Amino acid sequence: MNDIVQQFKWVGTRPIRPDGVPKVTGRALYGADLTMPGMLIGAILRSPHAHARIRSIDTSKAAALPGVKAVVTSADFPERKFEYVGPERVAVNFWHMTRNVMAREKVLYEGHALAAVAAISKAVADEALALIEVDYEVLPHVIDVEAAMKPDAPLLFPDMITRGVDPAPTKPSNISKRIEYKLGDLEAGFAAADEIVEMEFKTAAVHQAYIEPHGCVARFDADGQGEVWSSSQGHFVVRALTAQLLGMKIGDLRVYPAEIGGGFGGKTVVYVEPVATMLARKSGCPVKIVMSREDVFRASGPTSGSAMRVKIGVKKDGKIVAADGEFKYQAGAFPGSPVMNGCMCAFSPYDIPNARTVGYDVVCNRPKAAAYRAPGSPISAFAVESVLDVLAQKLGMDPLQMRLKNAARAGTQMLYGPKLSHNGYAETIEAILNHPGYKTPLKKNQGRGVASGYWFNGGGESSATVHVNEDGTVVVATGSPDIGGTRASMAIMAAETLGIDYDKVRPIVADTASVGYTHVTGGSRVTFATGIAVVEATKKVINDLCARAAMTWKVDVEGVIWENGHARPASSNVGDFEPLSLKEIAAKRALTGGPIGAEAGVNPGGVAPGFATQFCDVEVDPETGKVTVLRYVAAQDVGRAIHPSYVEGQIQGGVAQGIGWALNEEYIYSAKGRLDNPGFLDYRIPVASDLPMIEAVLVEVPNPGHPYGAKGVGEVNICPPMAAIANAIDRAVGRRLTELPMSPPKVLAAIDSGTETKAR
Amino acid sequence: MTKHHVSATINGEPAEFLCEAQQTLLDVLRDGLNLTGSKEGCSSGDCGACSVIVDGRVVCSCLMLAVEAEGHAIETIEGLARGTKLHPLQQKFLEHAALQCGFCTPGLLVAAKALLDRNPNPSETETRYWLAGNLCRCTGYDKVIRAVLDAAAELRGA
Amino acid sequence: MPMLDYIAPSTVEEAIRVLSGASGVAKLLSGGTDLLVQLRSGRTRPDLIVDTKNIPGIIGIRETDGAFAIGAATPGAVIGECESLKKAWPGVVEAANLIGSTQVQGRASLAGNLCNASPAADSVPALIAARATCIVAGTKGRREVPVEDIVTGPGRTSLARDELIIEFRLPKRPPRSADAYLRFIPRTEMDIAVVGAGVNITLERSGACSAAWVALGAVAPTPILVPEAAAALVGRKLDDRALQMLDGAARRACKPIDDKRGTIEFRTKIAGVLVRRAAAIAFERAGEQR
Repeated sequence: MNDIVQQFKWVGTRPIRPDGVPKVTGRALYGADLTMPGMLIGAILRSPHAHARIRSIDTSKAAALPGVKAVVTSADFPERKFEYVGPERVAVNFWHMTRNVMAREKVLYEGHALAAVAAISKAVADEALALIEVDYEVLPHVIDVEAAMKPDAPLLFPDMITRGVDPAPTKPSNISKRIEYKLGDLEAGFAAADEIVEMEFKTAAVHQAYIEPHGCVARFDADGQGEVWSSSQGHFVVRALTAQLLGMKIGDLRVYPAEIGGGFGGKTVVYVEPVATMLARKSGCPVKIVMSREDVFRASGPTSGSAMRVKIGVKKDGKIVAADGEFKYQAGAFPGSPVMNGCMCAFSPYDIPNARTVGYDVVCNRPKAAAYRAPGSPISAFAVESVLDVLAQKLGMDPLQMRLKNAARAGTQMLYGPKLSHNGYAETIEAILNHPGYKTPLKKNQGRGVASGYWFNGGGESSATVHVNEDGTVVVATGSPDIGGTRASMAIMAAETLGIDYDKVRPIVADTASVGYTHVTGGSRVTFATGIAVVEATKKVINDLCARAAMTWKVDVEGVIWENGHARPASSNVGDFEPLSLKEIAAKRALTGGPIGAEAGVNPGGVAPGFATQFCDVEVDPETGKVTVLRYVAAQDVGRAIHPSYVEGQIQGGVAQGIGWALNEEYIYSAKGRLDNPGFLDYRIPVASDLPMIEAVLVEVPNPGHPYGAKGVGEVNICPPMAAIANAIDRAVGRRLTELPMSPPKVLAAIDSGTETKAR
Repeated sequence: MTKHHVSATINGEPAEFLCEAQQTLLDVLRDGLNLTGSKEGCSSGDCGACSVIVDGRVVCSCLMLAVEAEGHAIETIEGLARGTKLHPLQQKFLEHAALQCGFCTPGLLVAAKALLDRNPNPSETETRYWLAGNLCRCTGYDKVIRAVLDAAAELRGA
Repeated sequence: MPMLDYIAPSTVEEAIRVLSGASGVAKLLSGGTDLLVQLRSGRTRPDLIVDTKNIPGIIGIRETDGAFAIGAATPGAVIGECESLKKAWPGVVEAANLIGSTQVQGRASLAGNLCNASPAADSVPALIAARATCIVAGTKGRREVPVEDIVTGPGRTSLARDELIIEFRLPKRPPRSADAYLRFIPRTEMDIAVVGAGVNITLERSGACSAAWVALGAVAPTPILVPEAAAALVGRKLDDRALQMLDGAARRACKPIDDKRGTIEFRTKIAGVLVRRAAAIAFERAGEQR
């Protein structure tokens, strides 16, 4: 670490985040914290059925209730064209989206919104909901992904023909899409293998489980201008989607970013904003809608449950010669599971000459899947990293050595097309191999498991504005909501580039009218892409500062350089001038051209993917099946840690979510297709006493595509934990669990069965 | 609807409010008194984001009727700092980066204060079990626990 | 609009008057950690809330000559801070302290935990094993009722409309007596019990058990005494044979359901495991006593 500190003044240090004091004093305003004069409370009517045709909705009694100021149904929202728009991996279809926000012909899951009211109080709003009469024709439902794929399964969409199959199927099904990636010669590869393991896996749907429910306040004025205050991961996306769904011009809607209480991908889409805006339009008053915890679980998007089959063949020396995976993911009520990501990432940590992944995106009667931290990749990683562990045990090989032997490096041909652009994976394996804890002995019923993971990370559009204040302090405005300390990172990068103190930089998150377009805070892209925008804007400001100095000294601008927060002559030839500080130049700005500021808009290439390798030690209680995580060490290639504390925080957070996913989290549905556990009591996320300290090992292989070498860090850390724990349980009690979550009854049943799962 | 008149002490100051019987203390703090620092994460007492201290004991304000506050002393997150002087817990949370989104932070700070008021030298395990009722989804609790133990050490040394 | 009324009587007699005179549904409020959840979810829609916490003596622990009286609305946290109670009844105290989080402990009471009548209530098996009784007050006067006679089914008690529990009583301990309570949950905190097991024993000087009571929670519609399990202990030390018989008796007594918190098979197995482990702790504690 030391050479980083010497190289940089601020990058790599741990200053206090600039938005910290409001957050520890309770002053920061989140989505539910804002009130406006005349504000109404909005409430949403949700389907009690998993699948039903809506024969009619009668809202007249609700509308007539004193205190109710507006009622909306899908009839108020314009119809959208049926088409998939945008890049394939993240395509959206507004025909689906408007129906998810407010159901039209059918309700497709318990909790599906179909009407909403705005009233003078929550009590009146709830009473109004009870007065809305809906005539449902209840239909058979299906939830499990394999059940939904069966030919006789109840159909969610009568005309859904699977995309990606040629020739196209003649009969409709719930399979929205089939994807396939292929490399090399699979048959020959397996024929050459000395050991082959083929196993099947199932995972349950899990939710991002952010502690803050979705909430927003919307206002719509007589001139057609709307304003939304929303807790989201991307207020520009909120603006775009809300405008689309309401048929508004984007410029007529202004979205302000509230502080956000967690998102993990689940707040990159809209649920309440279009409804609140429509209610505000109809009532003429501001409307606040906050989802209840139950509605968050019932009606916002968890990630997919899955059924998977993975087959890997290796040589005696551990070299992987062939790999084949089939991944069936639940999309929920509308197409768009992250199965494509799952197929692309599954084998990506490894250099495998012959490989194939096939994926199925399958609709079913539960809420539409939304992104959840490296969406799709943790699921396929569970299967792949488990199979690799079984193979390592068959070969008598250290599982880390096996991974090292096959590690993808810069130039490795990836299954889904490109060649890997960056090194970093092997270094994470070595970091774990060399970790002193990796060799510590374990006791009876204890086991150590390792696993790795891969995530693309992301670039995307970001904007930043940098202004110099009259006294030489600086404002850095971006459009990236701060969910994990990114304001601090932006300030660090601006301060470093300018050569001024961190405390002199004030980073803010600006609303959609005050800074240029910025894509979501997600995809592990903010420190990377928004950071690049900040640095570029800062460099433009530096150019301007040099020009002002040149003007002051009456020299050519080429003769001025910027160093340590000062403009100085490039050499003594230019002249013998005292350096001018940022403060001094700012003070004279009116004479040299006026206010000093610049904006940058970027869509950067040079994205480096994320690699993680982790080990964990568990103890299994053989009489109850309870698994205790004793120790967890997570190594990740972060490029360069701009603010190491927040990088560690991302790793620790992703690992904790992975542990919950592995051990106890799952969506439990009743026979009627209703969610049995829509609350934190029975949707069991890890509590403080469940976890040990989580050691984050920051491996730094700098990314040449970023001015300070940063790679995205937020997501890949959730990819390994499920397999790491399954592998540890296997080492502890000799039982291979292939279904998530690995809750005590499942572990105990495996122990008591006396047999290890046989791999084919 | 009959409104009840309640007199209580909030963050050391006398406070009065009107409330309906079914309103929780959380409802009144946030909507009636504009003290939005206590958060609503679940409204069923499972997440701790609404934690306040009543007569020295940390409780979920979503599990108390506002009317039950009559005659009692309530401390919320807004009362943790003394003016602009942060409580050592708040300072340590900042130094240790023990918050990411910050939503669970007020509840955690209030619960941690109740711990240290009672037990100035808690072990890591005691701290984890004490805080088990405060759900955090961002941090994995590691830096939170470190911050609490560090604040405890500072309070003992001061 | 639902009209909810609230009253906080200042005496037991006033509380009884309010309960018997209530025209609609009246619900007693002590800690509120169950009631408020049910109010919000709509599971209960009372017309009147009767807050017992202003009644003198309803919060507090009193010891008289080794016997304890615990006010019905005493929060779990207060129970957990009572050193003399912890010494005499470590199982009852640890059971009470397992109810919910630290925040819930600041409010939750034995009366609420018992009268909510969840099959999985944490404090109840320990109270039953301890032979605890309740003082029930109503228009007909006061009566003392064994704890196990209060719960009649999930969510149902034997209390009349006009009755409330004002106190729990624990008898004086014979020498070499101890109790223990264990609960199985999938995490380390915050879950409803999948199985709860309470064991209360007295030992002879020889170390053999002279009296035993074993109770299980979350494995039947109500918490249950398991006389067969107790019989397995009486007259012997906690040897392998005793443990085996204990395990079998516990399993046989189970009549659990399959739900999102546990299957029949799992609960039955765990019942055996927990009873064995709780018995071991109780024996060790009793051996340490004078």
